[in-house]
Amino acid sequence: MEQQQRSAWERQLLIRDKNRPTVHDYIPRIFTDFYEMHGDRGYGDDGALIGGIGRLDGLPVTILAQVKGRNLQENKKSNFAMPHPEGYRKALRLAHQAEKFHRPVICLIDTPGAFCGVEAEERGQGEAIARNMMEFMMLKTPIISVVLGEAGSGGALALGVCDELAMLENALYSVISPRGCASILWKDASREQDACEVLQITAEDMLRFGVAEAIIPEPFGGAQEDIDKISENLKEYLVKTTTEKLQKDLDVLQKERYTKFRKIGVFQEQ
Amino acid sequence: MGLEDLFKNVTKRFNDEELPENEPTVKCPRCQQVVPESRFQELNKVCPNCNYHGRLRATERLRLTADKGSFVEYDTEMQTVDPLNFPGYAKKVESLQELTGLKDAVVTGECTIKGSRTVLIVMDSHFMMASMGSVVGEKITRAFETATKKGLPVVAFTASGGARMQEGILSLMQMAKTSGAVAKHSEAGLLYMTVLTDPTTGGVTASFASLGDIILAEPKILIGFAGRRVIEGTIKQRLPGNFQLAEFMQEKGFVDMIVERRSMRSVLSHLLKLHGYEKEGTN
Ligand SMILES: [Zn+2]
Repeated sequence: MEQQQRSAWERQLLIRDKNRPTVHDYIPRIFTDFYEMHGDRGYGDDGALIGGIGRLDGLPVTILAQVKGRNLQENKKSNFAMPHPEGYRKALRLAHQAEKFHRPVICLIDTPGAFCGVEAEERGQGEAIARNMMEFMMLKTPIISVVLGEAGSGGALALGVCDELAMLENALYSVISPRGCASILWKDASREQDACEVLQITAEDMLRFGVAEAIIPEPFGGAQEDIDKISENLKEYLVKTTTEKLQKDLDVLQKERYTKFRKIGVFQEQ
Repeated sequence: MGLEDLFKNVTKRFNDEELPENEPTVKCPRCQQVVPESRFQELNKVCPNCNYHGRLRATERLRLTADKGSFVEYDTEMQTVDPLNFPGYAKKVESLQELTGLKDAVVTGECTIKGSRTVLIVMDSHFMMASMGSVVGEKITRAFETATKKGLPVVAFTASGGARMQEGILSLMQMAKTSGAVAKHSEAGLLYMTVLTDPTTGGVTASFASLGDIILAEPKILIGFAGRRVIEGTIKQRLPGNFQLAEFMQEKGFVDMIVERRSMRSVLSHLLKLHGYEKEGTN
């Protein structure tokens, strides 16, 4: 993949492709004995963010994943991967369960963002995201996050407070959708292609800013070209990283996690 | 003018006899009532008709909150370096710095409130709608870290349009950074109170603003994650007028108390003392 770097816009098109693999493809290829666990124990179950327990190369882990549908029917069920507060609260419940049983947490991020709607507001979308970030920061078990396709704003970051973040090679991570950015900046949503470049949202950008630690290579035509191969790459990364993090003292792990985020930001002081 | 952005000066006269000729007026963004500016200022920017609590500048908030002369500011010189070289950003910041006298959208420091020492965070919506970029995130994080080190409580007056798009992913990460700093402060057993002011939205609602041990809000102010227009666009219908107002959010369970501006200082003081922050410098 050293040939030529794709532009952010080219990657945007690649991850929008309807054949781009989703967690439905990855989970069975990477994990064994996967059991999905439902509900936040307060309001309901959110199909946009699923959670469960499984084995990663034999090791029990907790999996939290945002669900892109492969067709309209699946997307209806998963709300196009835009979680409501109960989705984030389910994730937090399962993360604490993982902590109790010393299981690493694997977060698979793939969302345009948290859902923006009346009920999401009424049930405290902001509070749910905030609490996840605060409590994931203190969680006494390893957390590894991977951006599979798109990672949109706070809705992604709610699964993104972790010990290490990996990006699939063509995945994008952004504070605002390029379309939204274009409409605010130039009053012209059709200039999203320009916004894509201005915002600096590629995997390489994430490494440069200290947001991500690793890039998982994709086949030339993107993850969709060879789902088995990309799953293998992803699994290999997860096994290596969880093994490494499990060897750390929990206080050290937590301190390093705090430091990872503490360092991010650029400013001057005369 | 020195007026609220939202309170546009109204040149059109209504046949209101009580208004002397040519007295400047302001229009309340909540109830649309036209009010003499002098009356509005007298009430510290509260609407006499509907009790909407208007947007204060950081300096005004400090004057109403801290004991006179007690405020010592932290990190006075910190400012942005336009990390993404984002179109128009540097120029915008420069002109706002000139206009507001602020370096960025938050003022942090230490003060006493009726004798109780506390770290104070005040966001100012007059600076790029108090969006959170690297500077805002760093100053808030440092304020929490200093409070943790000194064993002090934190009182944060929040206001924000959300993350600062012009700093891209760096601004998003400030949500995680500040939430982490709140977690450490909380772990040390220290009190954190947030006061939500108009408007508290987006990435600030989805981080430190929602994480207070106690969450207060001023009357009639806007609190939300998503913008009203975004939601209306999604559901293709108009939302009720009280949607996302402080009273609505309290009913939904996200605000402990709604507190009037004129009693805010004494409520904060009582709550600090109820948590044992009695005298200057002690816990
Ligand atoms: Zn009014």
